[in-house]
Amino acid sequence: MPEYQNIFTRVQVRAPAYPGVPLGRGVWVREGKPLFLYWAGKFGDAQIGPVYLGWLGLASILCGFIAFEIIGFNMWASVNWDIVQFVRQLPWLALEPPAPEYGLRLPPLDEGGWWIMAGFFLTVSILLWWLRMYRRARALGMGTHVAWAFAAAIWLFLVLGLIRPVMMGSWAEAVPFGIFPHLDWTAAFSLRYGNLFYNPFHMLSIAFLYGSTLLFAMHGATILAVSRLGGEREIEQITDRGTASERAALFWRWTMGFNATMESIHRWAWWFAVLCPLTGGIGILLTGTAVDNWYLWSVKHGVAPPYPTIFPGVVNPATLSGGAQ
Amino acid sequence: MRNFSMKLFGTALLAGCMLLAGCERPPIESVQRGYRGTGMLQVYNPRTLEEVRAANEVPASIPLAPGDSPKATTVYKNVQVLTDLNVAEFTRLMVSMTNWVSPKEGCAYCHAGGDFAADTVYAKTVARRMLQMTRHINTDWKKHVAETGVTCYTCHRGQPVPAQVWTQDPGPKTAAQAGNRAEQNAAAMKVGLTSLPYDPFSYYLKGEYPIPVAGEQALPADNRHSIKETEGTYGLMMHLSQSLGVNCTYCHNSRAFYDWDQSTPQRQTAWYGIRMVRDLNNDYLEPLGPTYPKERLGPLGDAPKANCGTCHQGVYKPLFGVSMLKDHPELAGAKR
Ligand code: HEC
Ligand code: HEC
Ligand code: HEC
Ligand code: HEC
Repeated sequence: MPEYQNIFTRVQVRAPAYPGVPLGRGVWVREGKPLFLYWAGKFGDAQIGPVYLGWLGLASILCGFIAFEIIGFNMWASVNWDIVQFVRQLPWLALEPPAPEYGLRLPPLDEGGWWIMAGFFLTVSILLWWLRMYRRARALGMGTHVAWAFAAAIWLFLVLGLIRPVMMGSWAEAVPFGIFPHLDWTAAFSLRYGNLFYNPFHMLSIAFLYGSTLLFAMHGATILAVSRLGGEREIEQITDRGTASERAALFWRWTMGFNATMESIHRWAWWFAVLCPLTGGIGILLTGTAVDNWYLWSVKHGVAPPYPTIFPGVVNPATLSGGAQ
Repeated sequence: MRNFSMKLFGTALLAGCMLLAGCERPPIESVQRGYRGTGMLQVYNPRTLEEVRAANEVPASIPLAPGDSPKATTVYKNVQVLTDLNVAEFTRLMVSMTNWVSPKEGCAYCHAGGDFAADTVYAKTVARRMLQMTRHINTDWKKHVAETGVTCYTCHRGQPVPAQVWTQDPGPKTAAQAGNRAEQNAAAMKVGLTSLPYDPFSYYLKGEYPIPVAGEQALPADNRHSIKETEGTYGLMMHLSQSLGVNCTYCHNSRAFYDWDQSTPQRQTAWYGIRMVRDLNNDYLEPLGPTYPKERLGPLGDAPKANCGTCHQGVYKPLFGVSMLKDHPELAGAKR
């Protein structure tokens, strides 16, 4: 009898490899003989393959590869092709968007042109992958929930790198490709626009982000906890509630006063996850286009409380007459 | 399998420890300054604070000189700046300067071959300008240095070259057709090892590039400051914090960095400090370029210059606010 009352995966079912439902018409087939990996089975399914690439997948990987190479080679060039420094400094290296002087014009390659090119290929790659995701779901006769959730993330990506910069009339508003550089960009973005924490859509996005992790933990824990009572058949139990489902429901009513159902918990989780980048993208889009200083906007609308003055009489010396000395 | 898991666990533990190596162990002391809940605290590590205290002890000064000796100009041949001092005061200052700037090398660092009047050593020419600069700071920049003032020791601390000076940074060498760093992304110490622009000094402490970036209105008006400019400002602010050994909240309420109404009086002092440093760099230090030997100049051939760290050296007030100037009134300005 398999044992689920554990926080790590203990069960590996080894059945003959399954190739999947038959494909429709088309030149592509599923390639390769499936193999089983013990360590992959520790984390997910031990079966690897067969692989279906398709035109969309192939084109997406190709574009993604080009973007990856443009970014990587620019980072490597920025340390003058020194492989040791490339490894040491990697977290600091970046491919920067054009300078503000260029607006939305096409700059020379080394002044942001590479960035535009990398951004183009990355965007194409991601959009093609989305299409592939949609088509593969259809091919399997599934719903397209995953594709739409992915689309929510793509929305945030497009707002940051394309839609907002175009609305602001400057590529320089976009995010650099780089590990620390994109984080420093984020902090600078907030400093420039008067503190992003006062942006209500940023607030919503954070609530959905943390909410997602909370829901995920609650749901994962609940199902594992009732799995010895048959709780892993959660979808059947939407209509046919067994004892696992009833105990889980009772548990949450006792501890929280209210419970989700086997169906609604999945909708909660999906919406929280999807709304996180959706609201975040709206917040970014409004920044600089509709609101210039979120702190002042919050004061105006009674969101930011005034504090008692601790240091009275501090003024901007630039506004005083009499010069600097 | 068990063996493998143990190794995996060991590696993870080691990696975890390595990640923590950059952290400081508790206890850490914090001092509240602003209104509660605003996070306006200063955080100190009592163990490093002890080291900082020890490194910022003020040296004893020589007893004041008697006031009744003849004027230095009547005795010496080539006195151009210290024309208001008498011989006793003049000699006392020479000895003090030696202690502050070149205790190892002695008078010979500025005077060679026993001829004190000759201007053959570049260090003497520089020192003469330094004397003028120090007096200028103490008379004209009271809005920053107050009555505390500065002496040569504030910057030099017993060394001919102060611990913190800067020259223009050409940035790391990059390839020709790609890899433009856009003057940032270089893990620079100056900006606290962030990827922020690595030469804030040329722009803000010599040049007068605008520091404010945020708009003063809720809705978009005519504020066109870019995020790249903001990264520049941010880099400078990292330097300010670092050289004073304080957090951003020593000067700002971090919920509205731009807002002076919620800032501390120290931000005003810092504002004058920025103007003072620009003044020193443009009028005193940069023009000394041709005087220095080549090895003192930066990679782009400019003279070594000052920033906040040159005086402050990690402390909110240089030497914890102890005034050496009161024992050296001759540096407070020319006697009239
Ligand atoms: C850091 C550089 C420096 C050091 C070290 C230094 N001096 Fe001087 N000294 C100067 C400068 C600058 C002048 C010129 C002052 C002026 O023009 O007002 C000068 C001038 C003099 C003069 C006047 C010479 C003349 O005839 O015009 C004498 C004497 C003198 N120094 C003695 C000493 C002695 C003794 C010591 C060592 C205890 C010493 N100095 C250390 C920089 C220095
Ligand atoms: C605001 C800080 C500051 C003060 C105050 C100051 N100096 Fe300097 N000093 C500098 C800087 C910066 C340099 C350039 C460092 C270099 O030479 O690389 C310098 C360079 C010098 C040098 C040349 C050293 C060399 O070998 O290159 C001498 C000599 C000197 N100072 C003497 C003095 C004397 C004497 C005083 C007091 C009257 C003084 N300084 C006060 C900042 C200061
Ligand atoms: C020693 C005081 C001091 C410290 C510490 C300090 N700042 Fe500043 N900050 C200032 C002053 C002064 C100005 C205004 C400069 C000017 O206008 O010339 C300023 C301006 C700014 C601005 C521009 C505000 C605007 O009007 O748009 C930002 C953003 C900023 N600081 C962020 C920071 C951050 C982030 C930190 C911490 C890393 C920090 N500051 C630490 C003194 C300080
Ligand atoms: C020439 C030396 C010198 C330089 C350079 C200098 N300072 Fe200062 N600073 C002082 C002195 C001296 C004081 C102490 C004044 C006093 O006692 O009130 C001081 C005080 C301050 C204070 C007030 C601290 C407090 O707790 O009241 C701040 C803030 C400050 N400096 C910021 C800066 C910044 C920012 C820079 C660089 C732009 C800078 N300083 C450069 C000498 C200097």
